Amino acid sequence: MTAMTQAASPRMTIETEVPASARQVKPLADLEVAVSVQNVDLFYGEKQALFDVSLDIPRGHVVAFIGPSGCGKSTLLRCFNRMNDLVDNCRVEGQITIDGKNIYDRSVNVAQLRRRVGMVFQKPNPFPKSIYENVAYGLRLLGVRNRAQLDEVVERSLKQAALWDEVKDRLDASGLSLSGGQQQRLVIARAVALEPEVLLLDEPCSALDPISTAKVEELLHELKHKYTIVIVTHNMQQAARVSDFTAYMYLGKLIEYSPTRDLFMKPAKRETEDYITGRFG
Amino acid sequence: MTEKHTYTQFDVELRDVSTRVLEMGGLAEAQVAQAMYALSNFSSETADQVLKQEDRLNHMEVEIDRELQGIIAMRQPAASDLRLLIAVSKAIANLERVGDEAARIARTVQRLVNAGVSSRMRVPVADLGYEAELATAQLRRALDAFARLDAELALEVLKQDDKIDQEFDGLMRKLVTYMMEDPRTITASIDLVFVAKAIERVGDHAKNLAEATIYIVKGADVRHVTLDKVEDAVR
Repeated sequence: MTAMTQAASPRMTIETEVPASARQVKPLADLEVAVSVQNVDLFYGEKQALFDVSLDIPRGHVVAFIGPSGCGKSTLLRCFNRMNDLVDNCRVEGQITIDGKNIYDRSVNVAQLRRRVGMVFQKPNPFPKSIYENVAYGLRLLGVRNRAQLDEVVERSLKQAALWDEVKDRLDASGLSLSGGQQQRLVIARAVALEPEVLLLDEPCSALDPISTAKVEELLHELKHKYTIVIVTHNMQQAARVSDFTAYMYLGKLIEYSPTRDLFMKPAKRETEDYITGRFG
Repeated sequence: MTEKHTYTQFDVELRDVSTRVLEMGGLAEAQVAQAMYALSNFSSETADQVLKQEDRLNHMEVEIDRELQGIIAMRQPAASDLRLLIAVSKAIANLERVGDEAARIARTVQRLVNAGVSSRMRVPVADLGYEAELATAQLRRALDAFARLDAELALEVLKQDDKIDQEFDGLMRKLVTYMMEDPRTITASIDLVFVAKAIERVGDHAKNLAEATIYIVKGADVRHVTLDKVEDAVR
């Protein structure tokens, strides 16, 4: 009996180490911080839209902001490239640092900041120019004239945006001639052409059909190896699919911020649970 | 989890599925009780009935499973809703197995009756009754805990499981003694060993059901962990 047990034992070894699943992420504390939000309050005139929000966005990951309309998720996103500066009477208190530097510091050049922090909006907004010029636009603004260099960046960016194969034979066609999903990927290509550190996406798929949505989501998986991505979405399933960490916001407050898997399987807060299970009244 | 979903139809679906699990649980429990009745009375008719009912449990499992797949595909549940559905899927598999164990006992009764074993023979049928009572009580408690989503009661079920195991060990010793004393009882005694094992398995299924309930309520996977850790998770 003993001999048998021994003979059988090598095959019966139990793996105690559970292999990490593809969606497993390291704890936030172990990750390098790309964007750090500290005690941010935001006011539109008298009305306060964000209340003491603090969170760290880890480099090379996708973070999703979810919450009902008016919860402040887009407002928070727009803080990261100071888009809120364009709103009259908007006042931000607290600190937002990117690579350790406060972006609301007086010395910060906002145009340069927006180069480092790219943004993609809900509705695709290609310029009424050719596909090529759309992608090359940012570099041209920066004064790049070298055709070879432009060609290279256009090709690389379109490839990163998973659009190259569909448009490589008609780069001179108007950006507006593309389908909605292609336009959105063109806009993403335009954003990544400048090699930003952070890419902000404000409901990038809400105007797209499911297939185009899937392509953009797939793209995010590719892009996160190069960029830090923050996405605002109304679609909870989308947040679950694409993000590593999810922040749930409600009435201008950050309610819960956890690894996406935890937030959707076992949220720590009752409010989060009610929202993601559709019990939100 | 008492508050309603924005989609009230989703509430209806979840409630419906939970009710059907309890229905199935009631039937499974009755099957074990019937099978034990058949055994203690050497009633071939009752054993037949148990075997006839077994199919109902099988069908219920398949139907509830289909329902679950529909809900998951259509609603994309998350958090406690998702846990409930996953737990239901496990619960019904366990209840179906409880039905299998009842059927196993019923078939043993038929075999004993056909072999001419009667209550006059000195085999310890009555001793099995106590183990069965423990097991069905566990099953009932586990179903109660599931119905009320009561993690404390589920924990109680886990704590009690040892009793059935001890009873099973005691029965084994007793049956071995019978066989040694009177070799004519060997065939019947071996059958009873399988019955005792079947009852012990019913207790295990009750335990699995209790673990599923804790998973729904606390979100903690308490399979294969020590009781201390389960207590930590529940409290």
